[in-house]
Amino acid sequence: MRDFFQRNGAVISTYLLLAVFFWVVMMIVLPQAYMLNFSFRHDLLPNQIGGPKDVYTLSNYEYLLFGRPGDEELFNYLHLTVFLRTIIASIFVTLLDFALCYPIAYYIAQVAKGGYARSMILLLILPFWVNEILRAFAFRILFGTSGVINAFLQTMGILDEPIDFLRADVALYAGLSYAYILLMVFPLYNAIESLDHNQVEAARDLGSPWWRIHWRVVMPHAKPGIASGCTLVFMLSAGALAAPQILGGPSSLWFTQIIYQWFNTGGNWAQGSAYAIVLLLACLVFVLTVMKVFKVSLGEIAR
Amino acid sequence: MSSQGIQKLMVSFYILLFFLFLFAPLFMMGAAAFNDVEFPQVVPWEGFTLRWFPSLFEDDLMIEGFVNSIWIGIGVMALSVPIGLAAAIVMTQVHKRLQTVYYTVVVSPVLMPGVILGISTLVFWDKLGTFMEAEYESFYYSGMFLTIVGQSTFISAYTMLVFLARLQRFDRTQEEAALDLGATHVQVFWKVLIPFLRPAIFSAMGLAFLTSFENYNTTVFTIQAESTLTTVLAGKVRMGTQPDLAALAVLIIAVTLIGALAIEIAQRREQRREWAAKAAAAKAEREAEAIAAAAE
Repeated sequence: MRDFFQRNGAVISTYLLLAVFFWVVMMIVLPQAYMLNFSFRHDLLPNQIGGPKDVYTLSNYEYLLFGRPGDEELFNYLHLTVFLRTIIASIFVTLLDFALCYPIAYYIAQVAKGGYARSMILLLILPFWVNEILRAFAFRILFGTSGVINAFLQTMGILDEPIDFLRADVALYAGLSYAYILLMVFPLYNAIESLDHNQVEAARDLGSPWWRIHWRVVMPHAKPGIASGCTLVFMLSAGALAAPQILGGPSSLWFTQIIYQWFNTGGNWAQGSAYAIVLLLACLVFVLTVMKVFKVSLGEIAR
Repeated sequence: MSSQGIQKLMVSFYILLFFLFLFAPLFMMGAAAFNDVEFPQVVPWEGFTLRWFPSLFEDDLMIEGFVNSIWIGIGVMALSVPIGLAAAIVMTQVHKRLQTVYYTVVVSPVLMPGVILGISTLVFWDKLGTFMEAEYESFYYSGMFLTIVGQSTFISAYTMLVFLARLQRFDRTQEEAALDLGATHVQVFWKVLIPFLRPAIFSAMGLAFLTSFENYNTTVFTIQAESTLTTVLAGKVRMGTQPDLAALAVLIIAVTLIGALAIEIAQRREQRREWAAKAAAAKAEREAEAIAAAAE
């Protein structure tokens, strides 16, 4: 500590410490800790604070599992289904993005040359500067009942009636996959780019077919990139709010939308915090699983 | 050979499809903005029109949201750039054993879902306001303030990463030389470190502003009764039936694409200048060696 002050001088040291303190304590640690604490509380009116109901409780979490006490159903099927659906759909989106992006990442990293590769990267980045909500809106224009895809299929004579892609959640999955492509491509690209192309050549010279080269040479090398891309895409899909609101069918909900309802129309912040904690835990479990499966450390993922 | 040719063709075809998938939605939206129909659609094409653009400026809600977004973006810049800079400097000085923990803590907001950052900011400052017995009009309950803080939680991590990358190339002997020559620490900071970091400061500012401007997930919880451009847009898109949205999209796309291109070009020029500088230095060194050799 004394070294620190000696090295930076009193004024600069104070600035550094204050700024980092404000960020780490006031913006990261305390809010998270308070949200966790809050999720074990009853939703109270101001005049009830300090009263007999101002105690710790598990009721917010019980509500997610069992619904209101005395309900006919044994479990809170509505919310549990939404939760599971969110998780499974996010895994699906993650796998889809991986399948889409792996060939592109490999191509740019190993096959394409200098300036060409740079231009492709620029082309990849450009669409993602556009606002998330407008991107989702674009998918509405594409997939709506009077959208371009339906019109195309109808003129081709493949369809008689337009398909409601929004209701069938096709638009939602396409929109989510689209939204997070960049976060899959870049970790993959970075990992594959560091592979010495001679290794691929050597495997090919030894008679390995292309799929085995990828399975045994490229993918093992790219493991940290795969892990980090999958983690990012999963977490962002599970935590997405705009795309489900805009592209989800009228009857289908995303877990974040339920959280949003607790904070707005529902007006029960404690309940919403509990749901947010559950979402955070689900993400944490996913990250830990990925780390275990790919045998990589958190440092490698977050890079 | 011919099987390889087929493979190559397939790869090219796949790349074409991939980029089509990337750009088709944007082109569609662009086309819808100029189509003369009351509903945002591309087919059937009813003729070219520009009438959706002026109607944008009659929308007071949207303009109010836009102005708020700009202010929030400026606020986020003012908060997250100094924080990111400080965090990056501390990162280079923190003890090795602490470094992993510190890194994990400060990068965690990037990995956390945005809704959770918004929620935790909201409930925390609300509680703090109650605790301090603050007035209802005070900043603890202000949507703008909470949004700036909530967004900065993770945007500071972005700016920190920008600064870290630049700091890795910083030659500390410059700092020591200045100190030896009698400069104070504050002078060293302003006259040596900051000028060296200038390009990183500009990129961090741009990154912070753009990220803030288009943020939705965190903002939607912290903004409460107020509005930003994205929350206004989200509301409109959910109702979703006016072509002026497409017109707005075209404007935003045009502005952001020009901005992104400018940043990219600036970065490339910077890189090229560095290469040129390096090449010149190497050349000068060789010449010096040659002269020295000749002198002997």
